[in-house]
Amino acid sequence: MRPMRPRPSTLALLLLMLATAAFAATLLDAAVPREQREAELNATRALVARLGLTDLALFTEARYTRHPSQADLHSAFQDHPLALEHFPTGSLLPPPRYEIVVRETALPD
Amino acid sequence: MKLWFEKQRYLIDFTLASMARRKARNLGLLGVYTVLVFVLASVALYTHALRVEAAKVLAASPEVILQRLVAGRHDLIPPGYLEKVGRIRGVQKKEGRLWGYYYDAVVKANYTFMVPNDASIAKGEIVVGPALERSRGLAAGNGISFRSYSGKLHTFIVASVLPQASEIASADLVLMHEEDFRAFFDYPVGHYTDIALSVANPLEVRNVALKLAAALPDSRPILRDEVLRTYASIFDWREGIVLALLSAAILAFGILAWEKASGLSADEKREIGILKAIGWETGDIIKMKFWEGLLISLTAFLAGFVAAYLHVFYFAATLFEPVLKGWAVLYPEFRLTPHIDGLQVATLFFFTVFPYAAAVLAPIWKAAITDPDAVMRG
Repeated sequence: MRPMRPRPSTLALLLLMLATAAFAATLLDAAVPREQREAELNATRALVARLGLTDLALFTEARYTRHPSQADLHSAFQDHPLALEHFPTGSLLPPPRYEIVVRETALPD
Repeated sequence: MKLWFEKQRYLIDFTLASMARRKARNLGLLGVYTVLVFVLASVALYTHALRVEAAKVLAASPEVILQRLVAGRHDLIPPGYLEKVGRIRGVQKKEGRLWGYYYDAVVKANYTFMVPNDASIAKGEIVVGPALERSRGLAAGNGISFRSYSGKLHTFIVASVLPQASEIASADLVLMHEEDFRAFFDYPVGHYTDIALSVANPLEVRNVALKLAAALPDSRPILRDEVLRTYASIFDWREGIVLALLSAAILAFGILAWEKASGLSADEKREIGILKAIGWETGDIIKMKFWEGLLISLTAFLAGFVAAYLHVFYFAATLFEPVLKGWAVLYPEFRLTPHIDGLQVATLFFFTVFPYAAAVLAPIWKAAITDPDAVMRG
């Protein structure tokens, strides 16, 4: 006699349950506090405070991508007035959205 | 209840057997679907975690940075400028910052040279960021020479390397003594790059910025809130090249779903006709097809999401690296702390699972309510 094979629905529901459990595990994993990461984050924050850093070192290819918050809005088009921005990061990194403090048109950007 | 459950199980059995007859098509669809969810979820998880990380790290940056502009360009802070700032009420601490960029022709990378204000670095020594340690093969005690913009060669001893854990903020930093910095860049005495201000009362920051702009019309105050907002919009996943690339994939999937929605294959039509002829009700056929859509879309969503989570948080988003690196030679190696935005997951679920389930049901409804004989004849 051939051994009884499990019904396809049993397999499918088992697979779905497994996938749901894995999904729930990711949510749980994200919610678990990480002491070591917290300590590292505090150390980074202390370094930022000590050096007065203003930006993340994510894109180091050009000065306006290395410190986007410190660059003026025209620096991406500095070569000539109609020059297109040529660093690839420019397509990932939107220009900073500054609020105008007082001088609406007194000075550029 | 038990009867209902058993009925659904038989429907699933039947659906799976019917799907197995079109194995290649359904497996292909499941594969494409999973990859699409994987890419979308990876982008969403990565950008959200990065935004959270940036907000946490940059919360410690100075409240106001004061730049001086000359003809629309950033210029040095001349002597006497700092004193003028000091007279503005609300400013608790003011420090001139010294920093600048240096292009290293050896590895073709840009470094950020900086002077810490606590004078913690001895003359002739430097402290380097972890990315620099990697790219130039440096270690504590090594010597390194940089050719300054005036052409002179300056040699420094590496005192230490900044901790790898803080690489996201410090990858390309070279910290040095003030005198070394001034000598290296030929910086005029008493001049600074910009001014960092701390304001005691957070509610006063905007007022201080207004007073600064009025007292020093050639200055540009950059508030920490603005910096944080810049980083909140950074990598905004609705913008930029990643989504532009993704839109092609989404469109392709849309066409696939549309193809499925706009008509059934002759095989499927015949199957529905036969089922109806042997006594299946319209409701049963719709239920069967509903299970088909749900099994495919739910499996794809769950598998794609879990894979994206592992990719972003346990494999450091390796697949995005070429896109994110751009032309940068020094790229920080960092691990993001897992953060999931519930709304983002719900949106992703809604936009990936529901349209497919709906696209599957619509044509089935049309075929299931017509006469079985007409359906079988095509």
